[in-house]
Amino acid sequence: MNRKASSYLPPGLPIPVVDPDGLSAPYWAGLREGRLLMQRCAHCQTWQFGPEWLCHRCHAFDPPWVEAEPRGRIFSWERVWHPSHAALRPHGPYVAVLVELPDAGGVRMVGNLLGDPMQAVAIGAEVEGVFEHHPDSDPPYSLLQWRMR
Amino acid sequence: MAGRDRTLRGRVAVVGIGETEYYRHGAAPDAEFKLALKAILAACHDAGLDPRDIDGFASYSDDRSDASRLAAALGTHRLRAATMQWGGGGGGCCAAVANAAASIVAGLADCVVVFRSLAQGQYGRFGQTTGIDTISGEKAYLMPYGVLAPPQRFAMRVQRYMHEHGVRQEALRAIALASYHHAQANPRAVMHGKPLDAEKYDASRWIAEPFHLYDSCMENDGAAALVLVPEERAVDFQHKPVYVLGAAVGSGYRTGAIPHNSPLYASASFDTVAPDLYRMAGVGPSEVGVVQCYENFTGGVVMALAEHGFFRPEEANDFLTLENLIAPSGRLPLNTSGGNLAECYMHGFELVLEAVRQVRGTSTNQATRNDVAMVIGGPMVTPVSNLLLGSDAAL
Repeated sequence: MNRKASSYLPPGLPIPVVDPDGLSAPYWAGLREGRLLMQRCAHCQTWQFGPEWLCHRCHAFDPPWVEAEPRGRIFSWERVWHPSHAALRPHGPYVAVLVELPDAGGVRMVGNLLGDPMQAVAIGAEVEGVFEHHPDSDPPYSLLQWRMR
Repeated sequence: MAGRDRTLRGRVAVVGIGETEYYRHGAAPDAEFKLALKAILAACHDAGLDPRDIDGFASYSDDRSDASRLAAALGTHRLRAATMQWGGGGGGCCAAVANAAASIVAGLADCVVVFRSLAQGQYGRFGQTTGIDTISGEKAYLMPYGVLAPPQRFAMRVQRYMHEHGVRQEALRAIALASYHHAQANPRAVMHGKPLDAEKYDASRWIAEPFHLYDSCMENDGAAALVLVPEERAVDFQHKPVYVLGAAVGSGYRTGAIPHNSPLYASASFDTVAPDLYRMAGVGPSEVGVVQCYENFTGGVVMALAEHGFFRPEEANDFLTLENLIAPSGRLPLNTSGGNLAECYMHGFELVLEAVRQVRGTSTNQATRNDVAMVIGGPMVTPVSNLLLGSDAAL
């Protein structure tokens, strides 16, 4: 994995950090290692994302984190033009996608669709994850982006 | 029968409404708290009520004008109800009325002010997110990807809905055109004197596809308030009473699953809340004469109106035309003050006041059918809320 600073959006956007109560710590640590970790209930096998202290289906506490395949399909998308943050003002349009992960119970994740920001985007298109590392950021973090499969 | 007693229907009435002048964000000459006081005093004046007789306050979206400070500033004899509706956005604009009404019906209070005060120029704009270094919780899964402010947070819901039901951009456009059309007859409206037509809409810049500039609400400074009293006192005041027929609050199964994981994603969150409202009010969509529906973005209005049974999603393109949506006698006059798009983004509370005016018969865009008026608050957030107001004839 190329760990040089190459990112889809310019620096300066809010940096994701673990919740004060620690709930999301495994998720963010997983991304830094190039692994997508999701909660999956040990009792009823239900996938859950975003994380919670409780399985929403069977109410077992502390669903364990398991590795999921970062593959999915586009559930929805948007092309953003208006900069809602100063860091985006000189940047121009970008595409955000909502990706559904059929292999992980259909949970959904938001990311960016890599490539030409003016590309045609189709709901249902198959995508695969690309880890985007920011090792030199303070604090360091990693994101999960998407590209057409 | 206990079951029959558990309703708001006909039990409370709005007897006064008031608002400040509405300003562009940053243009209010007064502090936010002073704006709140001005709106509350205006509502009391409208009712013919001594403000010292207010014994409760209700608001939403973490309004900064604290109930105890208001009671002290106004010198009210005592404070008996102080309710804050959980949740952000305008999802609480009707819930705040419901909470106030519930306080009265339960005997906790007798004269409750419901209000919203908001000076985005003084406390920060909802549409800008600069100045946040690190983020956790739901927004951590969104903001690093440029999904920062409400336009980016809601566009994907609407895109999915348009995809599922074949809704065209023209349906969204009709909602924007109706709001601007009505604002031209409303001297309170920030966009009074600034008409919009289809060409101007089509040529306007994208904010986040599928939202053009004119699909997006304004950001404003101001305050608005109303006074609620028990039904038996309603006729003691100077205006025609406007009764609460029903209200409902909430959202369906796991609507709050973050990030963007609500099972019913392409939704305005009214799948359970709309039936609750109709059940309490004892009316159906065909009896509603006029609707005020919170426009954070026009796409949320499309979904919310469909979820309230005014048309099926597949009929949206046919139903949502400018002719159908304008007073006095379109099929369903919508946002007759100009709403969040063109009157003022008073976080939806201007919509509640306009519904009161419609039932009174004093709107600047008066609908012909005005005995039953609906307000829909905060599509696409959770909790959402809604409200049906009616005249004496509707009881």
